[in-house]
Amino acid sequence: MSEKVLMKGNEAIAEAAIVAGCRHYFGYPITPQTEIAAYMAKRMPKIGGTFLQAESEIAAINMVYGVASTGHRVMTSSSSPGVSLKSEGISYLAGCDLPAFIVNVQRGGPGLGGIQPSQSDYFQATRGGGHGDYHMIVLAPSSVQEMADLTVKGFELADQYRMPTMILADGTMGQMMEPVSLDIKVKPAPEKPWATTGTKMQRKHNVVNSLLLSPEALERSNFERFERYKIVEENETLYEEYCMEDAEICIAAFGIAARVSKNAINEARSQGIKAGMIRPITLWPFPKKPFAEAANRVKQIISVELSMGQMIEDVQLASGGKVPVTLCNRVGGMIPSPEQVLDAIKAANNGGAK
Amino acid sequence: MEYKRITLLCGHYGSGKTNVAVNMAFDLKKQYANTAIADLDIVNPYFRTKDSRQELERAGIRLICSEYAGSNVDIPAMPQQMYAVTDDKSLKSIVDVGGDDRGALALGRLAPAILEENDYHMLMVINRFRPLTPDAASTVEVLREIEQAGGIPFTGLVNNSNLGKETTPEQVLASCRYANEVSALCGLPVVCTTVEQSLYDRLKGSIEHLFPLKLQPKIN
Repeated sequence: MSEKVLMKGNEAIAEAAIVAGCRHYFGYPITPQTEIAAYMAKRMPKIGGTFLQAESEIAAINMVYGVASTGHRVMTSSSSPGVSLKSEGISYLAGCDLPAFIVNVQRGGPGLGGIQPSQSDYFQATRGGGHGDYHMIVLAPSSVQEMADLTVKGFELADQYRMPTMILADGTMGQMMEPVSLDIKVKPAPEKPWATTGTKMQRKHNVVNSLLLSPEALERSNFERFERYKIVEENETLYEEYCMEDAEICIAAFGIAARVSKNAINEARSQGIKAGMIRPITLWPFPKKPFAEAANRVKQIISVELSMGQMIEDVQLASGGKVPVTLCNRVGGMIPSPEQVLDAIKAANNGGAK
Repeated sequence: MEYKRITLLCGHYGSGKTNVAVNMAFDLKKQYANTAIADLDIVNPYFRTKDSRQELERAGIRLICSEYAGSNVDIPAMPQQMYAVTDDKSLKSIVDVGGDDRGALALGRLAPAILEENDYHMLMVINRFRPLTPDAASTVEVLREIEQAGGIPFTGLVNNSNLGKETTPEQVLASCRYANEVSALCGLPVVCTTVEQSLYDRLKGSIEHLFPLKLQPKIN
């Protein structure tokens, strides 16, 4: 498929997963990501893959656990409440050092909440969600093309570091339609000598398990895992800088909030205000460096979020308290308007940290 | 465009039915005083005819849609007033049906009355840039599934081939060949080719039955 096609963000994730070699999808429908399951239901049978609508999110994530143990590329997708249900399984995947790909197309919460877009699962995605000491690599696309590109990357990183990887999108990103190219290069999957593929009586059997009988061994496995996380932090942090060369006001935003902010920044620039943006593409590992550097030269950082202020904590930590960090937000399924962000930029430019 | 009393718009998921439906409603209103647009979409709770409520009301077009459209009540609900489409013979209406065969199931209750009156157009909206309908064979496959589920035979095609903001006049021109191939395969005429307003002037005269579209406002 070298020619561009017109796709919804959700469909782009599904097709890109197939491009990445994923042939196993398990899920349970929930708005606003049901198109992923619907697309997989149509496509997987035609290419010899598995689409299975599980009886619940908990069942689906445990099916992912099963396939991941065999070393095959596998995924599930859901939206906020469904991802809460999957969180126990994600912890097990992390505890077993299994690669898996998980999609969260967020909706307003807490509780059953609503079906409109939100970014209020940032803490859940970057701080674990499930129990125990673990991380996922969290990727935050802000266009349909990035939905596709980061899906492929998500599968690659999951395999490379043997850890669950998540796309953290939102209802708008999932539903919006844009032209997308699916001509994406895919790195071949690495050898997986740990996979439970049958010994054929030629090797010792592999065990996939997160229960370690001695606390010493469990401690050691935690230490080793975090050594790996350190490498991920060093090598895999991704972000985009927009108009930051001479910026005095810095926006921090990801996903849909970054698209809105870009419009506000363009308008601010046309009014002579030097605004710019750092857009984290990986939310974990968080791009600490660019914010630490920006803190030395900007007047204020504004975190634009569809939450009550979650990423702002990472921005504050990264900027080391050198400049005021304020919040510009809408919640409950509402999206900040470019005008609202522009007002926040103007207020910051006038020296007023709220 | 020439309209029958009822114009039904069906098609593959994401082919642009709602956008075409809203634009046709405005066009219909220019020709008839008593017009309505009915939203029977039971598939997609996100992009709805109701998003254009203000513009439709201002133009005096009656909007028949579920109370719950555009809210957090995420259930496939039919509009309370949907029988006005078939029962009120003085009303000319555009009916926006949900995508694929699943969406067309909503036509089941209306199909007998529509077929009996026999004053309808059943139009299939097609877009060759959608990944699951890139050619005539795959498009006609979806067409047959919809016909089966909706219980109303199609009468024509609407070529809505576009790549969003990146659509070029050349692509629209090239898409006419695709539309003609679909037409040849299923035996239905292409009743119009739709283009965004900015492309309309450039393509006027070079495509038969060109229909200009104003895009529904949505966040970018």
